[in-house]
Amino acid sequence: MRDVFDIAILGAGPAGGNAALASVQQGLRTVLLDEQPSAGGQVWRARSASILAAPETPESRAGAHLRSKLSTSDITYLKDARVWQIAREGDIWQLQVLSGGQSDAVEANALILATGAREFVQPVPGWTTPGVIGLAGATALFKQNLTLPGRRTVVSGTGPLLFYVASEIRRLGGEVAAVVTPNTRADWLRALPALAGKPRLLGRGALWIADLMLARVPIYWGHAVTEVLGHDAVSDVKIARLDAEWAPQKHVATIGADSLCLGNGLIPQIEPAQMLGVPIHYDAALGGWVPDVSPDGVTTIASLYLCGDGTGIRGANAAALQGRLVGLRVAADLGRNTQQARTAAQRAWRRAACFGRSMTVLSVARPGLQAVTSEDTIICRCESITRRQLLEEIDKGAASANAVKSGLRVGMGPCGGKFCQTAIAALIAKSRGRDVSTVAPPTARPPLRPVPLGAAAGSFDYDDLPIPKPAPL
Amino acid sequence: MIRLVADQSAQIRRAAEVRFSFDGADIIGHAGENLAAALLRAGCLILRNAPHDDTPRGAFCCMGLCQECVVRIDGQVVEACRSEVAEGLIVERAG
Repeated sequence: MRDVFDIAILGAGPAGGNAALASVQQGLRTVLLDEQPSAGGQVWRARSASILAAPETPESRAGAHLRSKLSTSDITYLKDARVWQIAREGDIWQLQVLSGGQSDAVEANALILATGAREFVQPVPGWTTPGVIGLAGATALFKQNLTLPGRRTVVSGTGPLLFYVASEIRRLGGEVAAVVTPNTRADWLRALPALAGKPRLLGRGALWIADLMLARVPIYWGHAVTEVLGHDAVSDVKIARLDAEWAPQKHVATIGADSLCLGNGLIPQIEPAQMLGVPIHYDAALGGWVPDVSPDGVTTIASLYLCGDGTGIRGANAAALQGRLVGLRVAADLGRNTQQARTAAQRAWRRAACFGRSMTVLSVARPGLQAVTSEDTIICRCESITRRQLLEEIDKGAASANAVKSGLRVGMGPCGGKFCQTAIAALIAKSRGRDVSTVAPPTARPPLRPVPLGAAAGSFDYDDLPIPKPAPL
Repeated sequence: MIRLVADQSAQIRRAAEVRFSFDGADIIGHAGENLAAALLRAGCLILRNAPHDDTPRGAFCCMGLCQECVVRIDGQVVEACRSEVAEGLIVERAG
């Protein structure tokens, strides 16, 4: 008989990592699965083996701390492990895990999804040009490889991530051509009360901005990138001033650069929860569509729990605290007494979550930003489908994400819709005069990640194919 | 000029250089380096062309989701951003 764990945790970022630590401390047999080579998630991503020495950062220290605690624990940690299918077999969760080209099943009584976030990028003409990378993608390059996106980079997007990326480029020896953000100084002033409770973060942010100003890097507040020029590589980036709803007004500058980091906030990765039947709702202040879940991770599905940015974007600190809280909650449901620890954990999480939410509000794109996507701009990168094609499909009657997907295959390419669905939902909403909260994401289906057909079939033999008896005439 | 964020690039020590190939061209990377990063540092930005309109594509999300950086290693299609560089590694274009 196969080994059944007490608890399986999907995602080894701040949330999943801390959930695993909390549950193993309660004596639960815990398996932690993550698709990256090291634990830490995106925010605490580990350096690659090619980096022998480098200065530490607050993020590298936090990641190293988590990884050291995980490595000295009794957690069964599966790295480079991609979960591509999850199903309930009786009372047991069965996860299909692709690792090293082979697919195997992992089984557990309870399941915590800590799937984190991905990035939203509003498509602009030329955003498929090599040299354009996501803002969050750039942080992965910095943290894992201490590598720059190019020699001279335009950094554009929303929220606090923007200034972190610009500052890291300078720290790693690159040149920032310009910082371009739809946020205005007034937006940031409104976030000050929340930031005031985080003096260290506020100080760090102020230092980044002061450094850019001293270096005479232009910071364009209330602006956005409207076009990327160059075919095989980025040559220039065009920017425009935005109105209050972030619609581009007037072309302002064409900035010479060989690379562009572009991002408009993070969105929760809800697909695994959605696929397992957890209801979802729209909350712009949490990054869009989020699962219905209690602070301690309980869902409508028995023995399925959620934590971290996959339940709404609240940032790494909140994710770590919620991971611990949810780990303790699962332990309680499996018969351990964790009441006292949970009360303290929940209080700490609430404070961190409140701050994270105020940063998410800064990051969420306003509806006007859609206008940076021209008629001929590719929205679905996998299938090269443009805004014009999508509008034609919507005009023909496609009124939902599922309908547009059936008609045009958007979301059926290799990425599975991860980089087009948010923009498509906004386009449907705009064309139909509806609110974006009424355009639900398409039905989530396996595989959750691309999987080679041979690995999915496993040791299945054609001759074993059960042939049903013919139906009586 | 006064810098508030110091340039720390000189303090980074990387592992020994290794030679690998991409689409027939010799590339120098560092042992254990992430493949997408090594290609980027070598100036190899175009990793494939999109199947429907042939537009050039390169690494985009850098976290294993977008599938823009897929290449072929040992006959398997893999994401460059989830692969590692090693001496003698042969990397081919996937599309």
